[in-house]
Amino acid sequence: MIRLLSALLLLLASAVTLAAPDGATLFAQNCAACHGEKGSGGIGVPLALPSFQASVSDDYIRKTIRLGRPGRIMPAFQKLSDAEVDALVKYVRSWNAAQAMHFDPAPIKGDPTHGKQLYAKYCAACHGANGEGGKGTGVTFSRPRDLPIMPPALHNPGFLAAASDSMIKYTLMHGRAGTPMIAAAKRGLQERDVDDLVSFIRQFQQEPVSSSATLLNTESAILTMDSPYDLATTIENLKRAVGNNNFIFIREQNLDAGLVPEDSEDPHQHIIYFCNFSLLNQALANDPRVGLFLPCRITVAEDHGKVKLMAVNPKRLSRMFNDSNLNDLCRQMTQQYLAIMEEATL
Amino acid sequence: MRLFLAIALLGLPLFALNARADEMMIVRSSQEFEEAMSTLQAAIKAHGYTLTRVQRVDVGLEAKGYKTDKYRVVFFGKADEIKQIAAKHPELIPYLPLNIAIFAENNQTLLTTNHPAMLAEFFPDPELASYFKEWEKDVTGILDDVRQTQ
Repeated sequence: MIRLLSALLLLLASAVTLAAPDGATLFAQNCAACHGEKGSGGIGVPLALPSFQASVSDDYIRKTIRLGRPGRIMPAFQKLSDAEVDALVKYVRSWNAAQAMHFDPAPIKGDPTHGKQLYAKYCAACHGANGEGGKGTGVTFSRPRDLPIMPPALHNPGFLAAASDSMIKYTLMHGRAGTPMIAAAKRGLQERDVDDLVSFIRQFQQEPVSSSATLLNTESAILTMDSPYDLATTIENLKRAVGNNNFIFIREQNLDAGLVPEDSEDPHQHIIYFCNFSLLNQALANDPRVGLFLPCRITVAEDHGKVKLMAVNPKRLSRMFNDSNLNDLCRQMTQQYLAIMEEATL
Repeated sequence: MRLFLAIALLGLPLFALNARADEMMIVRSSQEFEEAMSTLQAAIKAHGYTLTRVQRVDVGLEAKGYKTDKYRVVFFGKADEIKQIAAKHPELIPYLPLNIAIFAENNQTLLTTNHPAMLAEFFPDPELASYFKEWEKDVTGILDDVRQTQ
């Protein structure tokens, strides 16, 4: 009986071990593309950097995974289980030889008015005048980087929820070796100045959400417009409208082109591809991931004699990419899509 | 204290609205672009999809005088699925066929696409749910294949 119980317990223990999430695999799947396979950084923060490891708590990492950084690429990993998030934290900490830091959650008292002056003098150049963070995504697409890492957006609800005052103070006091962030003392600042800076940064929480953390809201993922013309006329109108709106017509194909033999393609769904190369170059410089929805395309579909124009709604994409840098471009693209569709159906 | 609680409660949903879930997949391949591209094409076929087109974004940009590294968009799908969906759910056409953007980052390669599962938010028709679930599994598998190939 005892042997049987022992065997059962052993089986149970191994099942629990087998079921435990694998932090390394989770990191490779979810984080390595941006933070580097070994945490050396890239698009995202270099997590293995000793000065980073020394200045953040497990709780900060956990909350950052969960909440992300709205508008700043880092998504909120809401689908991961608590056990998976813990496994990720443990894996990230495996690069750290020292004990994880623990910070007092209590607020730090300081003079935010003086902190504001100090911030403008010492922090704004990298972190933005209003804490909006460095521009760009850090995705270099083999282009030169302005800075070795993207200066974090301090006025971001994700950051403010994840970082305690004590953690911010520690980072200010010690800097982050290996990044442009240098210790306060090297700038001639005293501890009370740092407290003032912390109280100013914490005040961002009382202000409206920063523009860099704001994404476009849109009701629909697609743009559609009915055409009063037949399919062939609508296609010709569309090609003309593309040119009239400073885009170059690239090609026309059926939706199922490449999937079925050419003579079996369904002629009722035509895709018109077009591009403004200057805009494309600008979009890829902002965030190379947007190429997924480029070049621009509008589909002309005919169903029982009714012809309709359809396109992805670019305004929805700034949310999909979680990149506020794309807001203006996406807004502009939606307007241009609608202008082209309106002209084609006028 | 009550005021603080009210502010905190008001702030929570606002933050929840702002917190963007992971709608994008992005993986890094240690292979150089051309090799990663071959791996991607093989993975797409291995998962039962047909490659419909490779959009050579970099070629277009270079032809217009812009300096760029390699950048392609790979389109793929299944003929029967596309036919069925186009007939019954034409509103989904702008998001079809499925695609993956692949671009060089020095001597490595990045691949990115949206989570097909997120399409369920845009198109909540229960009839489409099984497609999105299947595509999510397959696209994750394709990207895993590329990521794991050295």
